[in-house]
Amino acid sequence: MKSGLKKLKVADWVFVFVCIIISAICLLPMLNLLARSLSSTEALIKREVTLWPKGWNLDSYKMVLTDMKYIWSFIWTTILTVICTFVSLAMTTLCAYPMIFENLKGRKVMNVLITITMFFNAGAIPNYLLLQKLHLLDNPLVLIIPSCLSVYNMIIMRSFFYGIPDSIREAAQIDGASHFSILWRIYIPLSKPVFATLALFYAVGRWNGYSDALMYLSVKKDEFYPLQLFLYNILNSVNSVDVAAQEGFSSPGLSESLKAAIVMFSTIPILCIYPWLQKYFIHGVTLGGVKE
Amino acid sequence: MKKQKSTAVVPKRKMSFKVYMKKYWQLYVMLFFPLLYLAIFKYAPMSYIQIAFKKFKINRSIWEMPWADNHGFKYFIDAFSNPDFLEALRNTILLNLLDLVIGFSIPIIFALILNELVFKRFKRVVQTVAYMPHFLSWVIIYGLALQMFAPSNGLVNLFLNKIGMETVHFLDDPILWIFTYIFLGIWQSFGWNSIVYLAAIAGINPELYEAAEVDGAGRWRKIWHVTLPGIKSTIIILLIMNLGNILGSGFDRPFALQNNLVMDVAEVLSTFVYKNGILGLKFSLTTAIGFFQSIVCVFFLLSANWISRKMGERGIW
Repeated sequence: MKSGLKKLKVADWVFVFVCIIISAICLLPMLNLLARSLSSTEALIKREVTLWPKGWNLDSYKMVLTDMKYIWSFIWTTILTVICTFVSLAMTTLCAYPMIFENLKGRKVMNVLITITMFFNAGAIPNYLLLQKLHLLDNPLVLIIPSCLSVYNMIIMRSFFYGIPDSIREAAQIDGASHFSILWRIYIPLSKPVFATLALFYAVGRWNGYSDALMYLSVKKDEFYPLQLFLYNILNSVNSVDVAAQEGFSSPGLSESLKAAIVMFSTIPILCIYPWLQKYFIHGVTLGGVKE
Repeated sequence: MKKQKSTAVVPKRKMSFKVYMKKYWQLYVMLFFPLLYLAIFKYAPMSYIQIAFKKFKINRSIWEMPWADNHGFKYFIDAFSNPDFLEALRNTILLNLLDLVIGFSIPIIFALILNELVFKRFKRVVQTVAYMPHFLSWVIIYGLALQMFAPSNGLVNLFLNKIGMETVHFLDDPILWIFTYIFLGIWQSFGWNSIVYLAAIAGINPELYEAAEVDGAGRWRKIWHVTLPGIKSTIIILLIMNLGNILGSGFDRPFALQNNLVMDVAEVLSTFVYKNGILGLKFSLTTAIGFFQSIVCVFFLLSANWISRKMGERGIW
């Protein structure tokens, strides 16, 4: 290592320096947010808070954690995310597995039909009118069903399935295994990396999504609003103090650090999960680019 | 009888339907739900596109609604004589072009820099940090931006004041808002988009680098003559995808970031359609706009793909 260090040129250190700057730009907003959420209102008003909390106080977190509406929204979004992830993974698997059989009749036609949906979309209003016709508007199922299969993710999974040798499958078939048991006992256990990746993609998509709830759920159904839409309404109210009071956050003076705490708290689940899955999703993103 | 005979003579190449179904029926069962999903949620809405050419009547089925004036093109003509729509169209194109011009090269440069890093562990930490913004929702990024850019006590303005500059209203001033919007977009996606380039770089044959070294190439020449040509086709494919999306804009990002003070530059087609269609109930007009958007998107994709093939690159299909 020491002899290695000596060989380094100026350019190497410049690259390291640039990377540190880039990482700082990525992290600073989060650190600032954290500091603000832990600071007292006086310190915020006196413009003293930068990256370290001043006038340490945990009141905003206490308030977030005791607000029933927020807690319910958090729990509901968690349940929703779990359900969506499982349903979507099941749908994706059921679509990807049959598509790897070269001599499946109708495969070419289905492939074209599936690919078209990636590039041509009917548009927001036709989708809305269809959901209206299906009586899915104002129904919490609208947050699960219309987005339960992503063709892009299906292609990622299919590329991974292609990588599993046919001979394994054929051997099982000769032993009389059905396709369902081949899928369940061989393909799924062998595809843990791609399942981890797609579970992350679907979960993040659901956790972060708010536009479907905004469009398809009216205000009377706001108990089904996912966390992000709830958050959007808090952040975007003209007078945050009023809404904080309305939403149950009754002490108006706290609103600045309270907002920070709400935002901070809503990001925590994903920030805790994604680093552990990094080696998987890097692979997954790359698979998506593989052409058939 | 005849059939049986022929199968007996010809060596069994083609399976009979019965044998084939016995072997494959389960696959069709598996495909049932995904195909049903696509039929209902992707193809059925396409039949509603005809609303763009018809007068919308709430109590009639779409097939029975009367055709709109001007041979059914009334709403397309309406759209293009509507100044608000034209403004949204301009904003969409402007914001997407700026995204492309300013943002497209950044993930490439970032991937090249990461690839040159000598410390592997440091590289991995930088990657993890750079992927983080991709996992934040636009509402959260909006929340972060509100706090960071707050005129009274946001971090950025505290810093600007400290070095003796005036307070800047990043989210209220239209021109500054555009650049904040572009910056936040790049901030959110540059790390994630670099993954594809890193993978492409990893796929370059190492012998090419060795050969370049033998020829006396230094670091910069290797980047210029080996790495960049090695990822050229990836760059072109992503450029095609981006060009195809020049009229498409996601909904989450513009909707979360826009506010009333900057609506002149912040209203894009997706938010315009939401406000006038779902909130304003102008279904025919907004369906026409959505259809126009989809057609342009397909047209751009096909032509970008065609051009790249003409240039001797592989297209996206």
